[in-house]
Amino acid sequence: MSTVPADLKYTKSHEWIRTEADGTLTIGITDHAQEALGDIVFLELPEAGRSVTAGEAVAVIESVKAASDIYAPLDGEIVDSNAAAVDAPETINTDAYANWLFKLRPADGAAVEALLDSTAYEAEIAKA
Amino acid sequence: MSKQTPLHRAHIDAGARMVDFAGWEMPVNYGSQIEEHHAVRRQAGMFDVSHMLALDLRGADAKKFLRTLLANDVAKLATPGKALYACMLNPAGGVVDDLIVYHFAEDRFRLVVNAGTADKDLAWIQERIDRDAADVDLAPRRDLAMIAVQGPQARQRCWQAIAGSQAASDGLAPFHATEFDDLLIARTGYTGEDGFELALPSARAPGLWRALMQAGVVPCGLGARDTLRLEAGMNLYGQDMDEDTSPLDAGLGWTIDFKDEGRHFVGREPLENNGARRRMLGLVLEDKGVLRAHMKVTTEHGEGLTTSGSFSPTLQKAIAFARLPLAVAPGEQVQVDIRGRPAEARTVKLPFVRKGQCLV
Repeated sequence: MSTVPADLKYTKSHEWIRTEADGTLTIGITDHAQEALGDIVFLELPEAGRSVTAGEAVAVIESVKAASDIYAPLDGEIVDSNAAAVDAPETINTDAYANWLFKLRPADGAAVEALLDSTAYEAEIAKA
Repeated sequence: MSKQTPLHRAHIDAGARMVDFAGWEMPVNYGSQIEEHHAVRRQAGMFDVSHMLALDLRGADAKKFLRTLLANDVAKLATPGKALYACMLNPAGGVVDDLIVYHFAEDRFRLVVNAGTADKDLAWIQERIDRDAADVDLAPRRDLAMIAVQGPQARQRCWQAIAGSQAASDGLAPFHATEFDDLLIARTGYTGEDGFELALPSARAPGLWRALMQAGVVPCGLGARDTLRLEAGMNLYGQDMDEDTSPLDAGLGWTIDFKDEGRHFVGREPLENNGARRRMLGLVLEDKGVLRAHMKVTTEHGEGLTTSGSFSPTLQKAIAFARLPLAVAPGEQVQVDIRGRPAEARTVKLPFVRKGQCLV
């Protein structure tokens, strides 16, 4: 059974989102997503400074099985990406919530409230 | 509703992630497919291959019939128990299926065919038996389960798990099979490692699976099976070749036996007329990323296409099979289009890995 921490926000495309004290968003993939992907072997993450729109494919995760796009949850600007995860992509399989992919400064900080909460995301993955 | 093998319960109990494969509910992994892959390269792993179909052929014309049905020549199977890898072609020279044929006696053979093509194969073979009015009885053996135990320690652990089996099978040469009680023990596989493929009555399969686990054999899913066969340079039907592909263009020329000029096997004429038009080689990716099937390859001699690709756990690099212009040689630099991004790769002779050793 995959874990869904209560203090995070989520998307239907299986990203998790954490709002930091400075208003930026830290984004990764959910435990459910890593389990479905299988062994992760390669990451392609966005460069800092890139402007993105909600729903835009900004990163690629390659597992042994397949390549999957990762989407920006909101409009904004990429401010950082996780080089440590690029060097050791398998750490996402070990702990999908500790190993984030990129950070985003949202154009509208309040928009994060409209994302799925843990209960809604749990309901979403129960449907699948 | 997907079909289930006699080992379905055992897979669920072992925590398998199940997927649909050719209409069968099969384990894709039991946690990490990379760890399962390494278990086979380094110790021993096992695969439920009961979704594949064993077809027994009996009758006075069995050998004669198979000499025209298959593009490889069963006349090579001089000793009882000897096995042969062969393609079954259509009249246009395309591949209907690839299979292993076991020779038990001059009038008794077994074919083991792919799950996805089993119904088609059965109809195809029966139709040819009827048309030739051959004295051959064709019997699908859905009553059998099959377990492939593979790895450098596979045989040792089978002997540990199956009382009395060592005396029956320790003299068995590669590509030979022997009957032991109600078990068929074959020294064959699809991983590039040593090991056995075991066929037995379905009711006995869960017990054997448990005994093998107790002997330290790691359950492995279809995910590891795919990366192992890819490293071993072995084709997957439906992906690396199909009814529209000549075996000569798919790296299977070594399985087509033209020696006996009087042997008019199905598909012979188009193969002789056309010859090979493409060449299959391995690719090792030198840039970052993962190779997959259907990626465009640009070479100095024209374009080609990958047919299978993945991340190789043994090489720790992406690898692929590619169907390329005939003039391309091993050791050439080529470019692969990875979702719009050009990446550098090197052509190599297959296989990539054999018996735990990296060959490229």
